[in-house]
Amino acid sequence: MVNNGVVIATDKLVKKYPMGRNELVALKGVSLAFERGEFAGLVGPSGSGKTTLLNIIGSLDAPTAGSATVLGSQVECLSHAQAAELRNRHIGFIFQTFNLLPVYTAFENVEFPLLLLGMAGADRRKAVMEALEWVGLADRARSKPAQLSGGEGQRVAIARAMVKKPEVVLADEPTANLDAENSHNILHTMEKLNLDLGTTFVFSTHDQKVIEHLRRKIVLVDGKIAADERLQPEPDRSKP
Amino acid sequence: MTVLRLAWRNLIGAGIRTWLNVLVLSLSFVVIVWMQGFLEGMNRQVQDAMIATEYAGGQYWHEKYDPYDPFTLSDAHGELPPAIAELVRAGNAMPVLVVQGSIYSGGSMRPVMLRGIDPRQDIVNLPSAFLVQDSGAEELPLLIGSRMAKSAGLRQDDIITVQWRDAHGTFDAREARVVKVISTTVQSVDIGQVWLPLDRLRAMTDMAGQATLVTLRRGARPAVAPAGWTFHTPNDLLSDLRAMVKAKSGGTSIFYLILLFLAMLAIFDTQILSLFRRRKEMGTLMALGMTRGRVIELFTLEGGLHGVLAALVGAVYGIPFLAYTARTGIGMPKMMDSMGFAIGERLYSTYTPGLVLGTTVLVLIVTTIVSFLPTRRIAKLKPTDALRGRWT
Repeated sequence: MVNNGVVIATDKLVKKYPMGRNELVALKGVSLAFERGEFAGLVGPSGSGKTTLLNIIGSLDAPTAGSATVLGSQVECLSHAQAAELRNRHIGFIFQTFNLLPVYTAFENVEFPLLLLGMAGADRRKAVMEALEWVGLADRARSKPAQLSGGEGQRVAIARAMVKKPEVVLADEPTANLDAENSHNILHTMEKLNLDLGTTFVFSTHDQKVIEHLRRKIVLVDGKIAADERLQPEPDRSKP
Repeated sequence: MTVLRLAWRNLIGAGIRTWLNVLVLSLSFVVIVWMQGFLEGMNRQVQDAMIATEYAGGQYWHEKYDPYDPFTLSDAHGELPPAIAELVRAGNAMPVLVVQGSIYSGGSMRPVMLRGIDPRQDIVNLPSAFLVQDSGAEELPLLIGSRMAKSAGLRQDDIITVQWRDAHGTFDAREARVVKVISTTVQSVDIGQVWLPLDRLRAMTDMAGQATLVTLRRGARPAVAPAGWTFHTPNDLLSDLRAMVKAKSGGTSIFYLILLFLAMLAIFDTQILSLFRRRKEMGTLMALGMTRGRVIELFTLEGGLHGVLAALVGAVYGIPFLAYTARTGIGMPKMMDSMGFAIGERLYSTYTPGLVLGTTVLVLIVTTIVSFLPTRRIAKLKPTDALRGRWT
């Protein structure tokens, strides 16, 4: 394996949720590291803590104890504004239900993160069209989410996550609402972007179709790491 | 700027929901401007009429004269001081003598104010020329307003008996002819008022050279009020009227409040609905890098922009409508006399830039506040809960 540098590291991560008088412990001391360019997945049954871990890595949530460092920032120490800044500049999200903004066209959905970044108009339009071409939807730029199929909607969501060329993309059950063919296409697209752009992809999934594409599989059971397997070697990015 | 652009996109993207809200808000907008313009027009029209018909450039009052207390009239008269007499001589002022009296017509006595006026005056817009008589004519000519004529059952050329008391308190009476029934919007020169030649009234009351008040020509420079007399500018004289219009416009404010309330209810409802229906969207916005503050800003702006759209839509149909009502006026029913001040047969609305801008700013501020209030909940929203479609 080629060491490309650690982009995400968690150390004895604990996350507890209050449940009435009791509390639910979703993560029980998870320590992990992801290197630049990995194509890895958090695998496990529902309630195993996959989404919780992904949310903390994405600075959408803070740990109860332990530490999560993402691109050099300690998530638990970030203010709301700093966390938003980290997500805006460096992290892309892909959701199970796509979460496209319904009144925007595909183009406008993909453009949204760039507007938040304050990118100039011409550069923005170029970047959006480039991202839509990556996912093969340049011709659907003017379509609204309601006019897109499930597979197309998720491809727009991928383009939105990738348009700012983030270091990390977090995908929460990205194929759960797709059929086999669309799932395959989506995964193929993400693999290609991972290889072409060197973006680190971390999935949360229990879909076998996704697991087959992963190069690293981390099995979470009951909030703990049950297994951490390397399924395929990482490509050597030092070679042209 | 980004948030504004996004808010605009969301607003337009919401389609029919936005346009229905905008329509309701724009209706409130136009109706509020129209009603205010109506009141402003009425105010101006009444003031103009009262200045033209009664107050002109202001009035000197005998110090004992109180128009609201008829019992003061027996003492509220005096000879004109030289400064005022000079104004009268120069044609820049006209004396009016007011005396209590009564008329006998149709089998009943009615108390009236007998007002002596120079028939040749051109200072106020009263057709006093009808009072001009051949010298030595015995018949007492009277001028009355149409309201007075109606209430007393009088018509032109009717002969009635006029009774009065002279300066020494002696009762006297004489037959008089109604030479003209005048139509005026100014009730204070009409109801309960009987106009007759000043010289005749002076002679009848043994008050030679005396007056109760002196009306100054518009544009004439007033002399310093001599002792025993006070000068009232048109502004002073209209202050009661203004207070009355203000009191009446206070009542119409309830309409504005109801209209605004209905429009704001629609906006508030939309905002509340947005907060519940678009929680996932809020979570997505936060995941994409928006802070909660910017999400609040976005949703508030979305609501506030309803006001901007309403102003634009309102302008499209409101400007022609308002211009039409300002140009052609609105016919006033006779019962509008009960308002207590002069209103013509047609009432012309007046719209000032201040009125339109003020209403626009008011509606925009209220819309923005109403839009902001529900969005405060976002400040407590956790991105992870929002993404699951839940409130914290």
